[in-house]
Amino acid sequence: MSSQGVDLKKRRMLITATAGIGAVGAGFALVPFLSYWQPSARAKALGAPEEADISKIEPGALLRVKWRGKVCWIVRRTEETLKNLKENTGHLVDPDSEVPQQPEYCKNYHRSIKPEFLIAVGICTHLGCSPTYRPDIAPADLGADWMGGFFCPCHGSKFDLAARVFKGVPAPTNLVIPPHKYLSDTKVLIGADDGGAA
Amino acid sequence: MSLMTWIDERFPATKVWNEHLAQYYAPKNFNFWYFFGSLAMLVLVNQIVTGIWLAMAYKPDATLAFASVEYIMRDVNWGWLIRYLHSTGASAFFIVIYLHMFRGLMYGSYRKPRELLWIIGMIIYVAMMATAFFGYLLPWGQMSYWGAQVIVNLFSAIPVIGDDLSIWIRGDYVISDATLNRFFAFHFLLPFILAALVFIHIVALHKVGSNNPDGIEIKKGPKGNRWSDTAPADGIPFHPYYSVKDIAGVVGFLIIFLGIVFFLPDMGGYFLEAPNFEPANPLKTPEHIAPVWYFTPFYAMLRAVPSFAGTQVWGVIVMGAAIVVLFFLPWLDKSPVKSIRYKGPISKIMLAIFVVSFVILAYLGMKPSTPGRTLLAQICTILYFVFFLGMPIYSKIDKTKPVPERVTK
Repeated sequence: MSSQGVDLKKRRMLITATAGIGAVGAGFALVPFLSYWQPSARAKALGAPEEADISKIEPGALLRVKWRGKVCWIVRRTEETLKNLKENTGHLVDPDSEVPQQPEYCKNYHRSIKPEFLIAVGICTHLGCSPTYRPDIAPADLGADWMGGFFCPCHGSKFDLAARVFKGVPAPTNLVIPPHKYLSDTKVLIGADDGGAA
Repeated sequence: MSLMTWIDERFPATKVWNEHLAQYYAPKNFNFWYFFGSLAMLVLVNQIVTGIWLAMAYKPDATLAFASVEYIMRDVNWGWLIRYLHSTGASAFFIVIYLHMFRGLMYGSYRKPRELLWIIGMIIYVAMMATAFFGYLLPWGQMSYWGAQVIVNLFSAIPVIGDDLSIWIRGDYVISDATLNRFFAFHFLLPFILAALVFIHIVALHKVGSNNPDGIEIKKGPKGNRWSDTAPADGIPFHPYYSVKDIAGVVGFLIIFLGIVFFLPDMGGYFLEAPNFEPANPLKTPEHIAPVWYFTPFYAMLRAVPSFAGTQVWGVIVMGAAIVVLFFLPWLDKSPVKSIRYKGPISKIMLAIFVVSFVILAYLGMKPSTPGRTLLAQICTILYFVFFLGMPIYSKIDKTKPVPERVTK
């Protein structure tokens, strides 16, 4: 075969175009493989809103419910606890909840709809451990300033009883407040509010 | 025509044997530290064989996994032995590899012309860590679950894409059956990639030849030994000299390894952690969680870095950098000599500081954090990086001793 009269420029252009189209095709072929790793339809269905009965929670007690497989806390706070929340302000990173870790209607000092009930996702904003509930005042291991709150055993992050993060701990932000609404005085729906499901 | 001739005309069996074993000349002054490469291969084979056997009885299903491990331990014939060989093998693998890497650090085995050899080795190390991480979820105990939760959440610290990325990795909003299933698939796949990487590591090693405790290039020295006029004078054939020496290493290793397998398989909670004897519970984090010991130095660094500017990505960056910096080691060392034997006091002290801070970090990573321990971890993290980032300076100004012409005892 003679190589005379070969238009090398045209040949190179055709090779580039073929390889380019091939690469695009290969890119499309990747989609099913990558998308396969996303939550399945079943996993998404299991993430539906969760209803909880709050009538049986004693003052000061914590109820755990599961929403989207994550632990959700419902804490019934006492009057004294609510008063203490304001004392913490100086020690907190974001006392006024400026970072959108909560629905707009929970952007207040108690981070809830009803001051009495705190509803929060019990997953540390650092690396996802579930902090322990430590309502005791000034225990030996947490210091004399401790007004009750949540302590993450993994990396030592601390949150107050409005799930607001303390300064100088690894967790960067307050705990997440899920969208929720009261269906009645005793029933709360976690994962959905009047704006629709989360 | 002999059988070997028949084969050699079709497959280079004798050629490969000679080039890589019988006529592969390695420096004659290898010491104790040169056992760990062959031991690492032995442990890899152990992990693959016992792993495949475990997979025959294990169920990668969130509702069945924990019970299937107990089934292996109690009901399957010799199941306890196969599992303990596998679980102890995981820790043994890291012990052997850390010693193998320390050998490289000491004798400058990463220096020119062995940069690529070192980098391939680092890729093996990273692949090993990934394999160990995927494998640790499989027993579906409390520590499996929460350890995976913490590590996968490292990805969600990445700004903007983090949350979606971690959901994509888990295949769910939390660590779940979907995560377990895919981690099992990866844990099965990666060892074969590891084996391929080990092959590439050895190909690279045999191209440049082994370093030695003196850090002398035997290929540049005089030629001619008992076996060949063209081979390096300071070289001896790998087989039978080092194949036999390595067997002695294997015997010593197996005595210790099997001693642990039979009498101390959980190593007091360091090889198998106590909370992992409790099934995974997504609603309750154990009082104290810590990764297995071989990850703890990096974990301690992660915890030591506070969050600021509203993100905790800094700790993740520091932890990642601690591993990435190792890749650059061949270009950080500016010393005119390779081996610690001929390096000056500053290099020796720095290496000692590095080892001590690495061990302290490993210890701190296992313990719950307190303000004092966090401070110590911060100091050790800084020292760890000073060892590497200061190296271009201190390795240059440090006094060195003259390197002999020929290898010494």
